[in-house]
Amino acid sequence: MCAVRGLTKTYPAVRGRRGVPATPEVRATDDVSLDIRRGEIFGLLGPNGAGKSTLVRQLTGLMRPDGGSVQILGHDIVRHPERAARILAYLGQESSALDELTVSLAAETTGRLRGLEVRRARAERDAVLEELGLTPIASRPIKKLSGGQRRLACFAAVLVGERPLLVLDEPTTGMDPVARRAVWAAVDRRRAELGTTVLLVTHNVIEAETVLDRVAVLDRGRVIACDTPSGLKEKVAGEVRVDLVWRETAPLNVPEVAALRDRAAESGRRWTLRLAPEEARAVVATVTGGAAFAALDDFTLATPSLEDVYLALGGAARQGLVRA
Amino acid sequence: MSVVPADVLPGGALAVEEQGAVGAAELAPKARLWPSLVAVYRAQLSRARVARIPLLFVATFQSIGIMILMRGVVDGGGEARAVVAGSAVLVVAFVALNLLAQYFGQLRASGGLDHYATLPVPPAAVVLGAAGAYASFTVPGTVVTAVTGCLLFGLPMTHLWVLVAVIPLAGAALAGLGAALGLLAPRPEFATLLGQLGMSAALLLGVLPAERMPEVVRLARDLLPSTYGVEAFARSFGDRPDWAFVLGDLAVCAVVGVISLAVATWAYRRAAVR
Repeated sequence: MCAVRGLTKTYPAVRGRRGVPATPEVRATDDVSLDIRRGEIFGLLGPNGAGKSTLVRQLTGLMRPDGGSVQILGHDIVRHPERAARILAYLGQESSALDELTVSLAAETTGRLRGLEVRRARAERDAVLEELGLTPIASRPIKKLSGGQRRLACFAAVLVGERPLLVLDEPTTGMDPVARRAVWAAVDRRRAELGTTVLLVTHNVIEAETVLDRVAVLDRGRVIACDTPSGLKEKVAGEVRVDLVWRETAPLNVPEVAALRDRAAESGRRWTLRLAPEEARAVVATVTGGAAFAALDDFTLATPSLEDVYLALGGAARQGLVRA
Repeated sequence: MSVVPADVLPGGALAVEEQGAVGAAELAPKARLWPSLVAVYRAQLSRARVARIPLLFVATFQSIGIMILMRGVVDGGGEARAVVAGSAVLVVAFVALNLLAQYFGQLRASGGLDHYATLPVPPAAVVLGAAGAYASFTVPGTVVTAVTGCLLFGLPMTHLWVLVAVIPLAGAALAGLGAALGLLAPRPEFATLLGQLGMSAALLLGVLPAERMPEVVRLARDLLPSTYGVEAFARSFGDRPDWAFVLGDLAVCAVVGVISLAVATWAYRRAAVR
């Protein structure tokens, strides 16, 4: 469906000016190769700045890569970027083109610009707004809606005028659970009825684990792993994650706790440890008894998530992935 | 949350590699120029209700205010015609040049152009639709200004119908210029600045009577497209207007309009794919 080979994009170094520090050359996508199969929900997971959006912009014909190839349904998107618009629908992170329109007019206009004639655009608009539960707010300007509703309205515009590939850049940001369910139900319906393929950009680990068929983990412009979420998690199957949250500071006067410090990823009052199951049991026993317990605010013991996979594979960013 | 098992998907199992895809899949049709232009125009016009009406009032009151000021300086005749025509066309410059430059500058900077760039819509439809809508916003303000001016300076309203040609042609020239400036400016602040400067130029060079200006300023005046709209409109106030000159001035507006809209379309293409 979509084959990416050796895709590379480098942002040139920027010389510093007054008030603007110089930035070195950045490899935003570094020799990326991917295969997305028909009908699957394929994810790009990585922290902010990993190069997800840059990669997606190259796949949608919005940005020319420095090297490499992108084939979508047999079309060369690097050579013919204008064909991307006739194969895929794209939900970007920005809604400024639609902000001042009403929900209904945004969906209708987008459908018309996707080549639908008026009557068809209006019929599809009504169906999509109904499907996503947006009919009651159809006549309100998108600008006046809450962040999640705004995102849902833009998602509605993406669905008017059917496309075999949907490219969604963090579609559920700011959405409440009801809206999220509406999004995934709409996606699933199109997959079942039309075989629609979805390329999803996310930094939300939980979302990645629950909705994706396969996921490519991105770090600093490179794909560091690509598999099913469960396949990836098997790579760290022998480990358990222990999160310890201290009340103020870690009780380093307790020797067992001090010994753990080197192995913990610290983030404020939180220590995250990846341990073998029997080690984890010993740690929990230590911190839930004696002097350490007085300093402990909270702890959790969990099976590994994709975040652990990311870190185990050498992902550099300690923060940036979200569990929500 | 995805509940569809992979093997019920139409078109086959996920595991099948599609390396050997025979031909390329059929592409969805492109959006045709005219229907998509109308769709963009309609969408832009609806934005007016939300965001533009206060600015239209500002544009109109600004022009009326200038005419009231100039009444103390100018005593009828050719100068009065120039002031009324200049103030009316200034409304067009305010909206079509200044506001459109700001709109496209901000759209480009915020990534809003991605929305249009990932739709199979001809670039000309986006530029012409937006430019047309902005030119339309100017109609009420221009008419109100022209009528007020005629009353203030005692000019005949017989040939006010010439606005039917002046607004779209001056609108095309100025909106094209505004769109091109907005899309070419490297940063949105520049787009705003250029739009403001363009409008200030239209104000100074269009409203103030040319006869009192030094040679350099007159040359600059000849280079500004709004001048020809002003001249065409001013001529129509004469007792026996020379329609050939009116047509000539309007033709200049039309040519500048075509060129600047073509440049704006090119600039849009350039801005959309980086």
